[in-house]
Amino acid sequence: MRKFKIDHKFEFTTLITLYAQWIREGKLKVNSDWNKDLKIKFTAQDPCNMVRKTWGQKMADDMRFVIRTIVGEENFIDMVPNGINNYCCGGGGGALQAGFTDQRRAYGKVKFDQIQETGATYVFAPCHNCHAQIEDIGHHYGGHYNVVHIWTIMCLAMGVLGENERTYLGDDLKDFGLHKEEPS
Amino acid sequence: MSLPIEINEMAPDFKALVLDRVPAANLDLCLTCGTCTAGCPASELFDMDPRKLVRMVVLGLDEEIAKTPWAWVCTMCTRCINACPMKVDIPKLVYNMRAGWPREKRPKGILGSCDMHIRAGNAMGVPTEDFIWTVEDVAEEIQMTDPRFQDLQVSVDRPGAYYAINQNSREPVTEPDELAPLWKILHAVGADWTYPSVMWGGENYCLFLADDEGWRYILEEFVYHIDNTLKCPVVVNTE
Ligand code: SF4
Ligand code: SF4
Repeated sequence: MRKFKIDHKFEFTTLITLYAQWIREGKLKVNSDWNKDLKIKFTAQDPCNMVRKTWGQKMADDMRFVIRTIVGEENFIDMVPNGINNYCCGGGGGALQAGFTDQRRAYGKVKFDQIQETGATYVFAPCHNCHAQIEDIGHHYGGHYNVVHIWTIMCLAMGVLGENERTYLGDDLKDFGLHKEEPS
Repeated sequence: MSLPIEINEMAPDFKALVLDRVPAANLDLCLTCGTCTAGCPASELFDMDPRKLVRMVVLGLDEEIAKTPWAWVCTMCTRCINACPMKVDIPKLVYNMRAGWPREKRPKGILGSCDMHIRAGNAMGVPTEDFIWTVEDVAEEIQMTDPRFQDLQVSVDRPGAYYAINQNSREPVTEPDELAPLWKILHAVGADWTYPSVMWGGENYCLFLADDEGWRYILEEFVYHIDNTLKCPVVVNTE
């Protein structure tokens, strides 16, 4: 909209900004107790579109604040480099649909190595391109991590994640905290 | 194959074109320091890298530039310009390389998604009625099966809602159950929100295709719908 100078009255924001705001205001009641004993390790991709290209380091910081809140400070392991200096996953800019698969995967090797270096078994990828690309390079290079949205782990932490909403969770979390109906 | 550079035939027309469209691209300021190339995961793919590309543009090797498929391998991620001491705008240069390809020769996957978005309002080509039906169906399922969410509110095109939420069209089409966690969070905080029905797909293939006209059309339709029909004060990009 900036590029074409299209005027708009609405304000533009992202879900991650709102998550952070709602947690700070106490509206979104969520914590990392669920992961206290499990100690499952998470890392996160900084989507170029959201972080470097639009909202900058502040978005990267907000995302980490949200993630640390829901998985626990000690269970978040950052990639190097990160934030506005993070590497693109290699699926952006239409690369996933461009048909140059070998090149796209060669590009993604950088991301794959970064992830492996963290030792995390879960990767937050709050962008659909990143999500698909990071899953693909994981399979291609033989990684053993799961790729998740923030909303999935957020609901898991709140104890409200339904049975059908666990496609991207590994076996360790497939049944974790599943809400069982009281027989009526 | 390496060819000697034919100095006589060099006319940096492409450089002039890019500078005309992007006056702040700083193409002539490149110091050839290589910072961009060192930090670019697309370096060496198709025998190209960002520094080399800038050299070629400045030297006027327009034919090679027009041909290289590297234009579609660079993801326009902006990591290079972020680190470049002279702020050479390589991503915008690449955007203009893409725009130089005849539209029908651009990668089919991106082209198809862009055309679909222009036609149907989302890159997957889901008719709006199907989107609404899916949303209502998934919502009803949650309301019926989980008493904690029996008054979960989900709506499409509810005028006056505070937040208009952009949804990537992959969820309603291929994994509708993935819509639910977001709704549950919005429910927990009592957010007043709706999905717009016009250009509701959060994806942006026309931008990737370097189709200015298509991209602009999508944005204009979307802005008009939000500002005039729904009057939502805030638009939210999802994960
Ligand atoms: S980082 Fe900038 S100045 Fe250095 S080679 Fe790349 S474009 Fe040129
Ligand atoms: S925008 Fe293109 S050239 Fe620059 S770092 Fe990203 S992939 Fe490399």
